[in-house]
Amino acid sequence: MSAVESEGVVLGDLEQAELPVASTRGRGSLVRGVAQRSAGLLFAFCLLLFMVGPLVWLGLRAFSGLWDFPQLLPSDWTLQGWRTVFDDKNLSHSMALSFEFAPIVTVASAAICLPAAYAFSRYRFPGRRVLLISIFATNAFPKIGLYIAMAGVFYSLNLMGTFMGVVIVQLIGTLVFMTWIPTAAFSAIPRSLEEAARDVGAGPLRVFFRVTFPLAAPGILVAMILSFLAAFDEATGTFLVGLPNYVTMPTEMYTLVLNYPEQVGAVFSILLAIPSVVLMTLARKHVMGGRLAEGFQIR
Amino acid sequence: MTDTATDAGLRIQRVSKDLGGRTIVSDLDLDVAHGELTCLLGPSGCGKTTTLRMIGGFIYPDRGRILIDGQDVSGLSPERRPTAMVFQNYALWPHMTVFKNVAFGLRLRKLPKREVAERVEKMLDLVGLSHHVHSFPARISGGEQQRVALARALVLEPKVLLLDEPLSNLDAKLRVRVREEIREIQQRIGITTVFVTHDQDEALSISDRIAVMSGGKVEQYADARTLYREPETTFVAGFVGAMNFYAGKAVPGGLELEGGVVVPCDELSTGASGDYDVGVRPEDVQVSPDGDGAEAEIVREVPRGHFKELVLRAGPNEIRAFVPAELATVDRARIGFARALLYRDGALQRAGAPALI
Repeated sequence: MSAVESEGVVLGDLEQAELPVASTRGRGSLVRGVAQRSAGLLFAFCLLLFMVGPLVWLGLRAFSGLWDFPQLLPSDWTLQGWRTVFDDKNLSHSMALSFEFAPIVTVASAAICLPAAYAFSRYRFPGRRVLLISIFATNAFPKIGLYIAMAGVFYSLNLMGTFMGVVIVQLIGTLVFMTWIPTAAFSAIPRSLEEAARDVGAGPLRVFFRVTFPLAAPGILVAMILSFLAAFDEATGTFLVGLPNYVTMPTEMYTLVLNYPEQVGAVFSILLAIPSVVLMTLARKHVMGGRLAEGFQIR
Repeated sequence: MTDTATDAGLRIQRVSKDLGGRTIVSDLDLDVAHGELTCLLGPSGCGKTTTLRMIGGFIYPDRGRILIDGQDVSGLSPERRPTAMVFQNYALWPHMTVFKNVAFGLRLRKLPKREVAERVEKMLDLVGLSHHVHSFPARISGGEQQRVALARALVLEPKVLLLDEPLSNLDAKLRVRVREEIREIQQRIGITTVFVTHDQDEALSISDRIAVMSGGKVEQYADARTLYREPETTFVAGFVGAMNFYAGKAVPGGLELEGGVVVPCDELSTGASGDYDVGVRPEDVQVSPDGDGAEAEIVREVPRGHFKELVLRAGPNEIRAFVPAELATVDRARIGFARALLYRDGALQRAGAPALI
């Protein structure tokens, strides 16, 4: 997505660059104009390289055999990296585990946070703001401190190295998305729409499922996608709580970087990025529609 | 009052509501007869919308009772009341088509599909929207959305129809047309209706009776003509229609206003002499170039189409008069009052039992 945007900037600059040439201006200003535009172009290109470069390298590396420094392209192409990943029991197991944790965490997060989001949006209760801010605040502190504190609690509750423990630790990172975005989505629905449904004979539950929920669904979808990705990409907490029983893809990366050839890391990175790319593409309409941008405005 | 009480479709008895430490509605009484259209008219904050929402069940009264066809509904939630509301912003469900919006309530009642379709189509036909059955609310105009909201309310055949400023989101021309449509439909199906508005034109033109509200109370509850001819309080007199107000004294042959100006008056609401607050409708001010009226100078002339408004000055008193547009322009004139209403402590003073004609 960012690549597309950067290209847009570059093209826009090119088109604009041609206009002043046609106009009758002084030589000095012409030179200055060209210089300015070249600088802009260069900057845009650097930005593009900075953002897309590593991805391109990753893509190439995943399929390359020998690739020595001065060469621009690998001299040897191979699928060895992919074979290693899919043949290695540990790696494929961690992949399966990741795809097991992320949906469970997302659903659990939704079950916990959506009712809370509805309450935040529809009721004015004491401590409402404090609670909202405190959910946000979990993201404000360095996570590692939080996880260490949690580890202490988890030891006494025998949650270390358990499935439940990992779910809880991943859940923490999803709370802010699952609460704030749906709260904004619910708040955006005029109360009169719900009242009108009551008026024609629907009970409170039916009103929620037939009117409120469908209207808030796009916001909730965005929240679920972000939560899924947050859970899927969570490494530190999972590493701390899950080891040695539960090693997910992101935690596997730690070992991978140290113990395997570079290609395997590249392959694994691409695999790790696939859910993000797929989900973001699917949710593009809603994310781009400004819902996410508006998402954090809660009165 | 007794005859309306017996066949009242809707009765509100001594209802009060406090919100946020403020009394919004206090000891309100109101009877609406079967098939009658009553307007709640008043400035913003007078409690008219709160009253309507209490009838609909969206707020519960702190004290008092609300009866529909003799049945106490005060404690019932909106879905259990035989009322249907048209909201100010229409409150159409944007994710449902026009058909589904109207059909929603019927489907909840588990009616057979055929019957639902028939009733929805009949209702959309009634409001003239048959061609928009499968459109989404966002795709149709404001006036059409308004009619969908009306159809959605009426399709359930409620006992009481509630309208919360349903025309305020329409432009002026459309407003007049839609209000006539609403009145026509209301009369055709003969449904008891409560209509909230702050627009006196709207209230005067479509209601059987109008309840003018102020400070959570009904100031006067009467038909449009009575309300205009005999406003019971100075508030109603000032709120409904234009009115000249003076501090004055009833003297033989007329009224003495400030500065010792004596204006002859043909008809006073009471014959008793004394000090009053005097209200005179601009159309009851008689302006003639000569005669025995009080002397006044014309300050300003405002054309209003088929008539013109004159602003006159008699001593310290400013007098607004509506006169025929063809009246010749003069600098000085003689004025008299055809009819004046006398108030004391805000209440209309009458000349005994028979009211003004």
